[in-house]
Amino acid sequence: MKKLRLATLWLDGCSGCHMSLLDADERLLELTTFFDIVYSPLVDVKQFPEKVDITCIEGAISSPEDERLLAEVRKRTRLLVAMGDCAVTGNIPAMRNIEGAPAMLQNIYTGQELLQPQVPGTDIPVLNDKALPIHHFVPVDLFIPGCPPSADTLFTTLTALVKGETDQIPLPACFGA
Amino acid sequence: MQQITIAPVTRIEGHACIRLFVDDNGGVCDARFQVTQIRGFERFITGRPFFEMPSLTARICGICPVSHQLASAKACDQLLAVTIPATAARLRAILNFGQLIQSHALSFFYLSAPDLLLSMDHPVATRNFFGVAEKDPQFARDGIGLRKFGQQVIERLAGRRIHPTWAVPGGVRSPLEHSARDAILSDLPAMQTLVRNHLQRFQDSLSRYQEYADNFGSFPSLFLSLVGDQDQLEHYHGNLRFIDAHGTTIINDFSPANYQEYIGEAVEPWTYLKFPYYLPQGYPDGMYRVGPLARLNVSRCCGTRHADSELSLFKQLAAGKPVLNSFHAHYARLIEVLYALEMMEQLLADSSILDPHVRAVAGVNQFEGIGAIEAPRGTLIHHYRVDADGLIVRANLIIATGHNNLAMNKAILQAARRYIVNDRLEEGMLNRVEAVIRTFDPCLSCSTHAVGSMPFVIELIAPDGQCIDRIRR
Repeated sequence: MKKLRLATLWLDGCSGCHMSLLDADERLLELTTFFDIVYSPLVDVKQFPEKVDITCIEGAISSPEDERLLAEVRKRTRLLVAMGDCAVTGNIPAMRNIEGAPAMLQNIYTGQELLQPQVPGTDIPVLNDKALPIHHFVPVDLFIPGCPPSADTLFTTLTALVKGETDQIPLPACFGA
Repeated sequence: MQQITIAPVTRIEGHACIRLFVDDNGGVCDARFQVTQIRGFERFITGRPFFEMPSLTARICGICPVSHQLASAKACDQLLAVTIPATAARLRAILNFGQLIQSHALSFFYLSAPDLLLSMDHPVATRNFFGVAEKDPQFARDGIGLRKFGQQVIERLAGRRIHPTWAVPGGVRSPLEHSARDAILSDLPAMQTLVRNHLQRFQDSLSRYQEYADNFGSFPSLFLSLVGDQDQLEHYHGNLRFIDAHGTTIINDFSPANYQEYIGEAVEPWTYLKFPYYLPQGYPDGMYRVGPLARLNVSRCCGTRHADSELSLFKQLAAGKPVLNSFHAHYARLIEVLYALEMMEQLLADSSILDPHVRAVAGVNQFEGIGAIEAPRGTLIHHYRVDADGLIVRANLIIATGHNNLAMNKAILQAARRYIVNDRLEEGMLNRVEAVIRTFDPCLSCSTHAVGSMPFVIELIAPDGQCIDRIRR
């Protein structure tokens, strides 16, 4: 059987979903019999490759850089998975949306107890005013809720996708816990 | 001025970008480790009830959620103005050891082993954990096994592996089950054997890494960590201690509650990560390091049998003075894992660990709380002020990777000067610069987290704007 090309992407999240994937433990090595991992925080490839079968995205979209990368990933990916609550709903990063990015930055970087108080802005990406879920920007093929989704959920999903069972994946998943 | 950019930095817990500045003579004259995004926890938790904090702030980091939960719970204990039951404190300490073990296993076996076991110049496509698994399957299985053990300790105590909701203001939510204690105890001997074997193997190969030890963050600095009242290694209790590069304690040990007298924070325009510094020496001279290396430098002993004999070997690296090479943080991590396993055994052997009284119940009795613990990567401080209703009015969080910010920038500059020559850019050389960062094991999901999503292209641009070299990964 030809191996599928799998990518995982970490945007504005805590990496808990990626850690949950690692919690597959020994099954992690089993995954490499089905997949070539072509892009991930765990490997050293720096450029998102062409012709990816499945991309799992953790995290919300919080900057123009995120948006640009997401558009590129969507174009090069057959099946896009929103992995975990931040990708699905915005979740924790979206908690800043109530007041928006400028007020948040002002509050954090200009306190009088700080040395050289200033909002950073030289040679670094600006933040979008609001952190938003990925389906706000591109079509998503599969949503996996959970903060994080359990290792079993992630493993079940990936192995079902290998078998082409995209219609009926028994997902033991819910938002939050 | 010419610039070299490495983006994203891979195999670290986060994404970041390194920018190197090259002068007209081709020498690297400055280096910046840039963190390019922030989630703003300190701000958006204000207005929320303090009892949400242990679970909410756990979400700062998927790698060390337990560390945030415990620092937060300790700060909240102070808001209640209670002394938590002794068993609850011991259970939290065990939970923290589980966290330490799984995180150190991730750093060593999954993220850094590709450089150490394969090589810095190994082909990019397989220079990763799966490449390690192919070359040395047993090594990979050991790494998986050790990380799994740490995660299972967390699951057995707290109900789930990531973002548990077990540590609460006043203690922990539920007592330890007999069956959980027995399960952990029965796994411990095999884990101790595993770690001692890998310690031996790492010591045997140390001479091969001499080049890296000399060039990866090898410079004098201050060190900071919690320390026990017998000068022993401590991750949950204790006071904070600063030592200098000679090992001298520079001020009396102080309670984490007084951290603002000694630690200031500076802001730079080119990164979202703040720069904590030792206040009396000013910025940026007050650079210090935290984490496994700092803890072993600050402590006189571990207080457990096998870890103590390993620590005395470790201290011989610098003839009893502080070990100044950040590369040896890898070594320090393995010793800490052994210590954590031995401590866990001691704590679980005492039947009082099953005591059902694990939570003190109270309302808000004080308006300010400061909790500190040693997270895997170093000292972690949560500081909250609340109003009479227990709503957060102000929060300050100082994260381990922040403490190391000044030292990481210095270490990158040191390595870049050694490995980057401007007329030729080689991939393996750039990986060495990234590997320096991996010795610090930075966790950028903690508090601010970076996204380096630019394609990885490094260009050397001559002063006239012409591209003189370019590599692409």
